Amino acid sequence: MKELDTIQKRLLEEVADLHTVPEGAYNIRANGESAGRRSTENIEITSKTGVSGLEIRIKPFTKNESVHIPVVIAESGLKEVVYNDFYVGEGADVVIVAGCGIDNCGSQDSQHDGVHRFFIGKGAHVKYVEKHYGSGDGAGKRILNPVTEVYQEEDSFAEMEMVQIKGVDDTLRTTKAELAGGAKLIVRERLMTHGEQNAVSKYEVALNGKGSSADVVSRSVARGDSHQVFDAKIAGNAPCKGHTECDSIIMDRGRILAVPGLEANDTEAELFHEAAIGKIAGDQLIKLMTLGLTEAEAEEQIINGFLR
Amino acid sequence: MDILELKNVSFSVADESSAKEIVRDVDLSIPYGKLIAVTGPNGGGKSTLAKLIAGIEKPTEGAIFFKGEDITERSITDRAKAGIGFAFQQPVKFKGIRVLDLLRIAAGRKLTVAEACEFLSLVGLCARDYIDREVNASLSGGELKRIEIATLLARRTELAVFDEPEAGIDLWSFNNLIDVFRRMRDGMDGGSIIIISHQERILNIADEIVVLKDGRVASRGSRDDILPTLIGTSAAVNYCVKIDPNGR
Ligand SMILES: Nc1ncnc2c1ncn2[C@@H]1O[C@H](COP(=O)(O)OP(=O)(O)OP(=O)(O)O)[C@@H](O)[C@H]1O
Ligand SMILES: [Mg+2]
Repeated sequence: MKELDTIQKRLLEEVADLHTVPEGAYNIRANGESAGRRSTENIEITSKTGVSGLEIRIKPFTKNESVHIPVVIAESGLKEVVYNDFYVGEGADVVIVAGCGIDNCGSQDSQHDGVHRFFIGKGAHVKYVEKHYGSGDGAGKRILNPVTEVYQEEDSFAEMEMVQIKGVDDTLRTTKAELAGGAKLIVRERLMTHGEQNAVSKYEVALNGKGSSADVVSRSVARGDSHQVFDAKIAGNAPCKGHTECDSIIMDRGRILAVPGLEANDTEAELFHEAAIGKIAGDQLIKLMTLGLTEAEAEEQIINGFLR
Repeated sequence: MDILELKNVSFSVADESSAKEIVRDVDLSIPYGKLIAVTGPNGGGKSTLAKLIAGIEKPTEGAIFFKGEDITERSITDRAKAGIGFAFQQPVKFKGIRVLDLLRIAAGRKLTVAEACEFLSLVGLCARDYIDREVNASLSGGELKRIEIATLLARRTELAVFDEPEAGIDLWSFNNLIDVFRRMRDGMDGGSIIIISHQERILNIADEIVVLKDGRVASRGSRDDILPTLIGTSAAVNYCVKIDPNGR
């Protein structure tokens, strides 16, 4: 594996909890080029031709294996678009850890747009974990625009955990999913913005098969002068169950717009949306202060818990 | 000197048209090393008095002294750090904060899981089932209430104020709760406990009873003097009568 510098290593820890080379299959992308790759007997990683990106093929019935594909950028002004396709074979059960860390100390914007497509076979189970992180105090922005597309065959199950807590100036997240009969999708998004940051998160989920279900839950905190938009649309095109939830805390001068979108095209579709936006509850602060915390410490604890 | 002294404390809230006096000219001293029960009719001002002690409300008149020091203008945090603990009548719910987190915050240090479990066992919760639970609406009223009591036990403050700790707690746990308070009283080490309660069995373990009515101290004295005057009034409710109004 190519030697990473200390900044790159720190980013890698932040986005993938990686201190050394991960077990299982992996591809580490640093400053726009591959810094290390390993395929395993059941998981094959190859480069795409024509565009940047990877093809990851997971054999049917592969069990308890993981794929790590972290990206780190520590170069100011680097802009890249990467296309990664995951083909998850029938009956497989795998964990996929992606994530992108940008450290920008320079004056030019750094940007990573990752397009991830998942083709999940019959009865397969994928747990996908994606963490985004930005650092560096240069004037150049840290920009991440992830696109995630999920195509689920019958009875497959996708769990997606997407976290962006710190340092990303501008983000437009787009997540699309299409589910066949009996397929199940669970999304847990955690988002915190501060300063002048701007984050837009859009979901478009189509429940096409009988008995399919989706549960999309976003918890977010907007501090400083930051701005967020949560736009979640679920279409029920068959007897199915869909639920979206946006639960947000606003602080300082933060602003949040939640746009619920439910579309029922089948009388047997059951769709729900919940949204709650507000500042930290006063009684929560008071309770923690009676336990000896200062107001600022109490806020910290409440937010940490909320974004857990 | 007493551990806590309220001197001519009044508290009123004003809306557009009128002012409402909720606590009126209360003079109250709580000695070191005593268990004091505060009772009285609903709406008498008991919870408001507790909030004034904890600093959640500030008196509109009068002064509050803790261990001889005037704390009237001190913040909630300062009072908590100085050694005042308060268990709410209505426990607060959180999102994502676990029982273990709350106990750790209360203890002011990173309690081990075993240590945290001990506090939960004291209030009759099978600790392993609860330690990782979030302190949210998925817990029942009685469970939240017991966790609230456990957090105050974990704080080990010199002055502990419990606001109706028995509310919503089942009969079996109630017996244990009495034991907990008894043990606290015996091991107080100079500290004091104030329990706001309507339950005869809690009043029964108090050294002194204060009756608060219409925001005023209506009477105060030793248990033996006050308790007989309360029996049969709404201030003291026999536990069994309360859960079975026909007394069967
Ligand atoms: N912030 C407030 N604004 C207006 N009225 C209030 C406020 N706080 C308390 N009160 C009123 O003051 C009175 C005393 O309330 P408090 O909660 O202290 O009573 P309590 O003795 O604890 O009653 P209970 O036994 O029912 O718990 C009640 O009539 C209540 O409605
Ligand atoms: Mg009360």
